[in-house]
Amino acid sequence: MNKYKDTIKKYLYCFILGPFFMIIEAAGEFILPYINANIIDKGAAKGNISYIIQNGIYMLMIAIIMLAAGVLGAYFAIKASAMLAADIRQKTFVKIQEFSFSNIDDFSTGSLITRITNDITQIQNFTQSLLRGMFRSPVMLIGAIGMSFLLNKKLAVSICIVVPIMALTITFIIKTASPRYTIMQQKLDNLNNGINETITNEKVIKSYVREDYEKKKFTIINDELMKKSIHALKMMMLMQPVSSIAINVTTLIVVWIAGKQIMIGNMEIGTLTVFITYLSQILNSLNFLANIFLQGTRAAASDRRISEVLNAKVDLTDVNAKNPDKEIENGRIELKNVTFKYFKNNRENVLNHINLKIESGEFVGIIGSTGSGKTTLVSLIPRLYEVCEGEVLIDGTDVKDMLIEKLRNAVSVVLQKNTLFSGTIAENLRWGNENASTDELKWACKIAQADDFVSSFKEGYDTEIEQGGANLSGGQRQRLCIARAILKKSKILILDDSTSAVDTATDAKIRKAFKEELNGMTKIIIAQRISSVMEADKIVVMDNGSIVGVGRHEELIKECITYQEIYYSQKDKDSN
Amino acid sequence: MNEDRAKRLKEKYNKISAEQNSGNKREINMGPAAGRGRAMTAHGKPKDTKKIIIRLAKYLANEKKLLILAMVSAVVFTVTSLMASYMLRPIINKFIYYDAADSDISRRMAKLMQGLIWLAIVYLISIVSQWLQQRIMLSVSQRSLLKMRQELFDKLLTLPVKYFDDNQTGDIMSRFTNDVDTIGEMLNTTLIQIVSGVITIIGTVILMLYTSLILGGITIIMTPLLIYASKKIVKKGQQAYKTQQKNLGMINGFAQEIITGQKVVKVFGYERTATDEFEYLNDELCKSQIKAQFRAGIMGPVTHQLCNLIYAITACIGGILVVKRGFDIGGLTVSLNYTRQFNRPINDISMQINTVFSALAGAERVFDVLDEKAEWEYDENTGEKKHENTDRNHHETIEKNKMNPIKGHIILENVSFGYTKDVMVLHDISLYAKPGQKVAFVGSTGAGKTTVTNLLSRFYEITKGTITIDGVNIEEIDRDLLRSNIAMVLQDTHLFTGTIRENIRYGRLEASDEEVVKAAKIASAHHFITQLENGYDTLIEQDGANLSQGQRQLLNIARAAISKAPILILDEATSSVDTRTEKNIERGMDAIMKDRTTFVIAHRLSTVRKANVIMVLEGGRIIERGNHDELLAMNGRYADLYNEIVELE
Repeated sequence: MNKYKDTIKKYLYCFILGPFFMIIEAAGEFILPYINANIIDKGAAKGNISYIIQNGIYMLMIAIIMLAAGVLGAYFAIKASAMLAADIRQKTFVKIQEFSFSNIDDFSTGSLITRITNDITQIQNFTQSLLRGMFRSPVMLIGAIGMSFLLNKKLAVSICIVVPIMALTITFIIKTASPRYTIMQQKLDNLNNGINETITNEKVIKSYVREDYEKKKFTIINDELMKKSIHALKMMMLMQPVSSIAINVTTLIVVWIAGKQIMIGNMEIGTLTVFITYLSQILNSLNFLANIFLQGTRAAASDRRISEVLNAKVDLTDVNAKNPDKEIENGRIELKNVTFKYFKNNRENVLNHINLKIESGEFVGIIGSTGSGKTTLVSLIPRLYEVCEGEVLIDGTDVKDMLIEKLRNAVSVVLQKNTLFSGTIAENLRWGNENASTDELKWACKIAQADDFVSSFKEGYDTEIEQGGANLSGGQRQRLCIARAILKKSKILILDDSTSAVDTATDAKIRKAFKEELNGMTKIIIAQRISSVMEADKIVVMDNGSIVGVGRHEELIKECITYQEIYYSQKDKDSN
Repeated sequence: MNEDRAKRLKEKYNKISAEQNSGNKREINMGPAAGRGRAMTAHGKPKDTKKIIIRLAKYLANEKKLLILAMVSAVVFTVTSLMASYMLRPIINKFIYYDAADSDISRRMAKLMQGLIWLAIVYLISIVSQWLQQRIMLSVSQRSLLKMRQELFDKLLTLPVKYFDDNQTGDIMSRFTNDVDTIGEMLNTTLIQIVSGVITIIGTVILMLYTSLILGGITIIMTPLLIYASKKIVKKGQQAYKTQQKNLGMINGFAQEIITGQKVVKVFGYERTATDEFEYLNDELCKSQIKAQFRAGIMGPVTHQLCNLIYAITACIGGILVVKRGFDIGGLTVSLNYTRQFNRPINDISMQINTVFSALAGAERVFDVLDEKAEWEYDENTGEKKHENTDRNHHETIEKNKMNPIKGHIILENVSFGYTKDVMVLHDISLYAKPGQKVAFVGSTGAGKTTVTNLLSRFYEITKGTITIDGVNIEEIDRDLLRSNIAMVLQDTHLFTGTIRENIRYGRLEASDEEVVKAAKIASAHHFITQLENGYDTLIEQDGANLSQGQRQLLNIARAAISKAPILILDEATSSVDTRTEKNIERGMDAIMKDRTTFVIAHRLSTVRKANVIMVLEGGRIIERGNHDELLAMNGRYADLYNEIVELE
C-alpha cells in the first residue's frame, strides 16, 4: 500500500473532497424522506397547502444541493483516481527502467505490458468507485442504524446483531474467493500465452500439419479457464443472497417485534414505516459495499501483480558504489578470475575463471562456437549482469564500485538482438546522443557505412522507421544500430555479432573506418567470420566458457587448435 | 523533465495527432488495450445489429432449457421483489394497524405471524430465484465463451498465412481477450438485467397508475424526458472519450515498444529519456481521462437528482391533491415510493445498453475473424478436417492421389505470383528437382527466395503456372498430405512452451525418445541439451528466451530431422549458428538431406556450394542458374556475390 502514499498525500484534497461531497449527497438521502413525511403528516393530513409548497421548495433546493454535491464528488473522485493511476503507472515504468537484465529475463515482456496497462486500469476503476462509495455507503449504513436507535432501541438491537454476522460472512466469502481469482487469472494468462504462441508459430504449425494437435492443447487450457472462472465467480455470487437473507430476516424480526409493541400501544405505526425505509437503505448500502469488495478482490489481484514489479529486487544498483566519482578515461579492461552463470541452480557455469586484459584503444576480436560464452563475457563489462566470482575492472576500478550511469555512458554495446524504434532514422540515431548535430549523425553513419543508403532514401535521415525496422533490410538495420552506438562516443565500443547480415566488403570498410576514426576507443568485436577479426590487435578464442587462446592471428593459427578449426571451417571454400 | 525536451515531445505528438486526424496515417501501434477502444469508437454501432444478435443467439441455442429456466427465475425474482415491497404494507395495515380495534391480541398475533410467514416464503423464493438465475447464467455464459474462444481458435488454425501477414498479433489477441470479455459480460449480467429491468418498469408503471393516475402520469412522462436530457450530456462527452482512447493507445504502444526493446534502452542509458516521454504521455492521458470520465461519471448523480426533483414535485402535487381532492394518504405514500424507485431500472437499462453496444461491436470483430476465408474447414458434425474442395471430381482426384506416396520430384513451370494482384513478386519461374536433389536459392532480400518455398507448401496460391510433385499438380494433392511431406526449417526460430523433447517431437509426434535423441545428435544439439539442468526435459519458456539464437536453430533442425518428409526446405536454417558448429553439423545436415529433395536458402554461400543447382534470383526472376563451378565461370552476379564484391541482404 506504500506505493499509493505519495499520491494520496499530494492530492489529499481530492481524496478528502471526493468522499466529503458524497457524504453530503448521502445526507440528502436522509433528509428528503424526512421532509416528505412532514409534507404528508403535517401538510396533506392537516390540509396546509402553504406548508406543502414551502417544504416542496425545500426539497427542490436540497435536490439541487445534492446535485452539486454529486457532481463535485464525482469530479474529485475521478481526478483522484486518475492521478493515482498516473502516478502508479509512472512509478511502474520507472521501476521497469531500473530493471537489470536478469530482472527483464524474469518477467516476460507481455506480462510487463499487461501490468502497466490493464492492471493499472483495474486499480483506477476500483479507486474511483471506492472514493464515490466508500463513505457514502457506510454513512448511509451508520445513519440508518443511528436513526433506528433514536426511534426504538429494542428494534435497533436486532440490526446490530445481523450486521456483524453478515460482515463476517462476506469476509469469509472474499477470503475463499480471492485465491480462486488468482488461479483464474493464471489460467487466463495461460490461455493468452497459448494464443500468442499459436499466432507467432503459425507457419511451423502449418508446415508440420499440427492443427489438430494445437486444437487439443487449446481445448484443455480453454476448458480449464472456464472451470476455474466458474469456480471463482460462483463464490462471489453468494454475496448477494447472503446480504438479502440478512436484511430480510431482520425485516421479519422487526415487523414481528414492532407489531407486538404497537398492539400493546408502546409504539407508533409511523415509526415502523420509517424503520422499514431505513432497513431498505441498509440493504442497499450493504449491497453496494459488497460490490466494492467484489471489485476490490479483482483490484487486489492487479495490485499484487503491480507490487511484484515494484518490489522486484533490482540486483544491480548504485547503493554499494564505493567510487561514485570515478570517470572512465582510458577504457582499459581487466577481467580477473571471472566465473558466471545465469541462474543459481544451473549445473554448469557459463564462464569459468576468465582472466583477460584489454588495453586502452585496442581492437579486440572474440571468436568461438555457439554457446561458448562470448556474449556473456562482454555483457559483464558494462555490468549488464553481475559476476558470480572474480571481478571486472575498468581503468583499474571494479565496475561494481562505479555509478552504473557513468559506466554505461562510457561503454556502448551493439546487442545481438537489436531493436530500432518507431520514429525517424535521425530520432533513432539520437538515442546515442540526444543533442547530436546533423553533421555528427552523418559522421557516425559514414563510419558504420550507413550514410550511403540513408541518403539514398527520399527523405534521408527523416525517413520513418516502421516498428522493429520492418522497412529496412537486416544489414541496413545492423549498420544503423552500429552508427547509433558510435554516436555515443564512449571509451569502449562492443559489437556483439553485429555485422552478420553485412557483406564482407562492407564489413571490412566498417573496420577500416573504426581504425581511422575511432582511434582512442577500445573496440571489442564478437564475430562469426574470421575475416572480421583477423587484423585485430588481439583475438580471444573461447570454447565452452573458457578462453582457450589469446593472441594475434599469426600466433593463433599456429598454436590454438580451436582457432585452427574455426579458420579451416571457413577457409575450405578456397581449398575446394 | 527539461523544458526543451517537453517542447520537443509536444511538437512530436501534436504532429502525430494532426496526421492521424488528417487521415495521413503514421504507424502507431495502439497496443493490446487499444482494440477495445477501436471497437467502441471506430465502429460505434455495429453495421448489422440484427444479424449479429441472431448469430450470438446461436451460441445459446444448446442452452435453451437452462436459458428458459434463467429467464423464468429472473421473472420470478422480479415479481417476488415487487410483491415483497407491496406485501409489507397490507400486513402492517391489516394486522397491526387496521385491526387495532380487535382486542384479542393473541388472535392478531397469530394472523401477523401468518402474514410474516407468507412474506418469508416470498423472500425465500426471491432470493433462491435470484441466485438460481445468476448461477445458471454464469454457467451458460462461460460455456458460450468457451465455445466462442474455441471456434475462434479453430478458425485461426485454418486461416491462410496471408491473414497473419495482414493483421497484427496484438489486434488478433484483443479479439480473444477484450472482445470476448465484453460479450461475456453481456451474456452474464446484461441480458437478465434488461429483462428484469423491463419487468420492474412495467410492474411499477401498472402499480403507479393503479394507485393514482395523475401522480403516476407525472412520473411516467417526466422520467424519460430527464433521462434523455442526461444522455445529451454524455453525448457531448464523446469527443473527450475519443481523445482518452487515443491517448491510452499511444501510451500503451509506447510502453510496449520500450519494454520490448528494454535491453537496448539499458545499454544506451536511455531510461531517463524514455521516462520523460512516458511522463509526457501519461500526463496527457491523465488530463483526458479526467475530462472524459467526468462526463460519464456525472450521469449517475445528474439523473438521480433530477429524479429527486420529480419526487419533490410529485410530493407537492400529491399533497395538494390530498387537500383539494381527498386523495388518500396511504395512496400518496405508495405513489411517492414508486416514484423514488422508478429511475433505478431505467438508469440500469440505459447503462446496460452501452454494454450491449460495445458487446455487439466486439461480436462483430469476432465474427469478422470467423468469416475470414479459410484454407480449409472443420466438419460441423464430426469436428474432423474437411477439405476445401467439395467438387466431386476434384475430391476424387485428391483422394486417389492420397494413395501414392510422395517421392519428391518437383517441377515449377512458368510460375508467377504476387501477394497482391497489382504487384508480382515472382515472374515466370521454371525449375525442377529430382528426388534427392538439392536446389539452392541465392539473392538479396525481396528477390523472392522465401516466396518460392512458401508456394511449394501452398502457404499462398500461385497466380499463374503450375507446380507439380511426382507429376501431380499440388492443387490436387491433399493439403495436409502435401505439407506433411515437406519439412521446413525457418529463419525465425520459434519454439513452443513445453520441454525440449516435446519441441523436437513436434516434427513427428509418434517418434520414440531414442529417435528424439538421435535427431538432436544429427543437429548437433545433443551436447548443449545434456548441459542443461533438466536435459531433454528442460522447459522452454517464452519462445525459448532461455536459449541462444543458435541453440534454438539447432532445435529447429532437430525437429526437421525427426520428420520423415521426403522434401526439405531450409530457409536460412543455420544463419545464427557459428561456422564451426555449422561445420560440425554438416555431416548431420548431409544425412538429413540425403534422399530428400531439398530447397536451400542460405546467406552464407559456403552452405549452398554443394547444391546440384544454384538459382540466383533477382527481382523475382531467375537471372543465373547452374552449379557452383559453372556459375563462377560465368563471372556474373553469383561470382560477384561469392567474391564478396556486392553486399548480400
